[in-house]
Amino acid sequence: MSLLEITDLTVTYPSASGPVLAVRGVDLAMDEGEKLGLAGESGCGKSTLALSLLRLLPRGARVAGTIRFDGEDILTMGWGRLRAVRWAAASIVFQGAMHALNPVRSVGDQVAEPILVHEKVPKAAPRRKVAELLEQVGLAPSTARAYPHQLSGGQRQRVMIAMALACSPRLIVADEPTSALDVMIQAQILRLVDRLVTDRGISLLLISHDLSVLTSACDRLAVMYAGRIVEEGPAGQVFSDPLHPYSSALAAAYPRIGDATARRNPQGLPGDPPDPSHLPEGCSFQPRCPVALGECVRTDPPLWPAGPARRAACVHVRDSCPGAAHG
Amino acid sequence: MTTPEGDIGGQPAQSPILSARDLRVQFAGGPGAGRARAVDGVNLDLYPREILALVGESGCGKTTLARTLLGLVRPWSGEVWFAGKVLSYAAPSLKTYRRQVQLVLQDPTGSLNPRHTVYEAVAEGLRIHGARALGSFTDEAAKVADALSRAGLRPPERFFLRYPHELSGGQRQRVVIAGALVLDPQVIVADEPVASLDASVRGEVLKLVLALRDDSELSALVVTHDLALAWNIADRVAVMYLGRIVETGPVEKILRSPEHPYTCALVSVISEARGKEPVILSGEPPDPARIPKGCRFHPRCPALASGAAVAAGVEASCRGIDLPILPGGSDARVACHLYPISS
Amino acid sequence: MWGLAVLLVSIALALAAPLFISARDLSAVTAPGSPRQAPSLHFPLGTDAYGRSMVAVTIWGARISLLVGLAATVMSMVIGSLVGLLAGHFRAWVATVLMRVTDWFLVLPTLVLAAALASVLHRGVGTVIIAIGVTAWPGTARLVRAQTLTVEARPYIERARALGAGDWHIIRRHVLPNVMPVILAQTTLTVSAAVLAEATLAFLGLSDPTRVSWGTTLQLAQQVGAVSAGDWWILLPPGLAIVLIALAFTLCGRSLEAIFNPRLAAGP
Repeated sequence: MSLLEITDLTVTYPSASGPVLAVRGVDLAMDEGEKLGLAGESGCGKSTLALSLLRLLPRGARVAGTIRFDGEDILTMGWGRLRAVRWAAASIVFQGAMHALNPVRSVGDQVAEPILVHEKVPKAAPRRKVAELLEQVGLAPSTARAYPHQLSGGQRQRVMIAMALACSPRLIVADEPTSALDVMIQAQILRLVDRLVTDRGISLLLISHDLSVLTSACDRLAVMYAGRIVEEGPAGQVFSDPLHPYSSALAAAYPRIGDATARRNPQGLPGDPPDPSHLPEGCSFQPRCPVALGECVRTDPPLWPAGPARRAACVHVRDSCPGAAHG
Repeated sequence: MTTPEGDIGGQPAQSPILSARDLRVQFAGGPGAGRARAVDGVNLDLYPREILALVGESGCGKTTLARTLLGLVRPWSGEVWFAGKVLSYAAPSLKTYRRQVQLVLQDPTGSLNPRHTVYEAVAEGLRIHGARALGSFTDEAAKVADALSRAGLRPPERFFLRYPHELSGGQRQRVVIAGALVLDPQVIVADEPVASLDASVRGEVLKLVLALRDDSELSALVVTHDLALAWNIADRVAVMYLGRIVETGPVEKILRSPEHPYTCALVSVISEARGKEPVILSGEPPDPARIPKGCRFHPRCPALASGAAVAAGVEASCRGIDLPILPGGSDARVACHLYPISS
Repeated sequence: MWGLAVLLVSIALALAAPLFISARDLSAVTAPGSPRQAPSLHFPLGTDAYGRSMVAVTIWGARISLLVGLAATVMSMVIGSLVGLLAGHFRAWVATVLMRVTDWFLVLPTLVLAAALASVLHRGVGTVIIAIGVTAWPGTARLVRAQTLTVEARPYIERARALGAGDWHIIRRHVLPNVMPVILAQTTLTVSAAVLAEATLAFLGLSDPTRVSWGTTLQLAQQVGAVSAGDWWILLPPGLAIVLIALAFTLCGRSLEAIFNPRLAAGP
């Protein structure tokens, strides 16, 4: 049975001009120990999706659909059960660790906080556990006494990861964990996360706008656009042989060094990512799509099967033979 | 002092349009620390109609170097040369310099005053410099419209009265570029021009930079941490580490077959998706106030750690002898004891 | 909105007062009514110790109180904004000198200074304006300096410098428009403080006693022992008027803040 099953998730935010659909009918599943990457740009709904997994959306947001975690529906859980699930079963590494840490409390106190909340232990007890966690993320145990402003960006991100591991969760959701970091620190953090989740069999939902980062870190990849999943499949295949034109554009935005065709040839899409309150008619990608057909303005394609464990929401996929093996 | 000339072997020698000569910039360090040597001896040349990528991680000094070349920061020693003359910091000559070397910043939202319309933002440069900046145009509005269309915002009149918050990120960055173009500069210094933009929008802005180089004969110095961007649009690349340039040369050479261990590590990490084994350096770049003795990279150097330096017999040099400052020019050069510079 | 309405009505009344209140009504010698009369149909708010109608006295008092309040505020805002802008923009030794001067004035107590000035200069409305103006500007200076520093940290200031802008251009085109909302909101709050200060100083006898203002009216009431005699109508009108004007200005200040900072208006 899957660890996480999201069925027809829809999230609506209120706004001055009426309700805005941030997530429109998303289906996603994750197994135990699996690493799933979620790719997309600003406004596509990926952060909303991440927050909705632990019901952390702001007041006023309407959520419909089901999110089954280990068989239980998170959206209809009682408050007590939800608090137990939060952090102890699934935790989040937030975007922008610089701001997610409380500047007036020491790092050790903040890592200990989830332990104190979930396990009824005296205040001094977690100290050893905190030291262990800090060592596992590559920080000296003496870092526990430091304050966030005394640490570098990479170190703060490691602290966030230590916090996420504190209660031994079964699922970690990492929302753009490395976007503000340098390339080398990014590589260090990703390798650390990979080692930690593989050793402990934790499932990982990694969210990023950088497809190449996701490809090396994840087993499967899902691409989101305008609140919906537009492509899903094994990570390497989606990256090297994308089926949806948006996935191709994302992959091409970060060219490979050594690829002569990318020299002096930047690839981009015209226009901008769509505003969730003003989505285009039909397929939400068609105004920017280089291969749009006439019918794309009329119909919004669902996810078509396109090979073993692959799906893509594009009429071109529907037209080519479904079920045929794709390289 | 003679005018610096680039040595680009084989091709007819061109003079660089913008140069840094033995530039050093220091800041007061924090309490207890010495002075931070943000730029610790740099020779850099930018030639006409070329795009040079200045690459490095945060704290390497590339941003400080860019701002010193723009005249926004005074160097502690060394000089900035433009079109064959030393840059003077007297107010009138600095103001004239501004018309020729312009800046595009990373964050397009912060770069535009939210209370000014697009027209006012682009016209600001014209108003500061007065009639001289108009060039062959009869009036301000015509010049502003021209700058906006060169930046890809067409028809330009449609954007005159819009405010920054009504535009998308990509459009805002184009407005910032138009604001720089309106003064007809010869050089544009772009600090992470696409880092704040969405992935699908980057390509269009990068295409614009290339088009400006081809059509308007601009040179561009692009400061970035993104090597893939350098591969995409740059002609030459200079890699910085802790205040010094450690490797420089044509992009094809440096990124395809890097020599300096730091460059190798950076390239390998970005190419990880290709399935190659990445060299991930441990730790973080040290504080510019405490630069290591000897080669400043040696504490993190994989060549030293793996024994390659010992095998080459240069281990003692790595630990004890600082590398000389690389000269300018467009040749491929590397500052590493494993590759001694032949005189 | 209420604040604005009250203010407009008060200012209108104050300006129009000479039209319906004659000097005779206000003179202690030719007062229309008998002293200390309780409110009646003829004198809706009663009469004061001299027999003048409290309605007339209160409305007339608005003229001086509002005048002093506004004049002192203008003085303090101009000085404070100038000092704050210069200290925030120029940094280095200019800022240090200006901020030390500001700190010195910050700790000067208004009352003590007013008393000192009153003994040196002649006792009058002008002295009161100077006393209040000179002690109210440091608060504004600190606020404006903080806002200037915030604005100047933004990238578009660096862009303006890169375009070749000089100090004057940056202050005029970028800093001032962004600092103005803070200044305006602070102005309305300062006025209410200035009106209160005027009343206090006049009450303490540091203002010109021959001019009718709310403060002098209260002083008169105290001198004749209105409280112990139970003649509430002599005390209440000026006191209420002060409260009303202070409240009106404060409400206006809050609304201005919300207009200029939309995040505040939207609520938490």
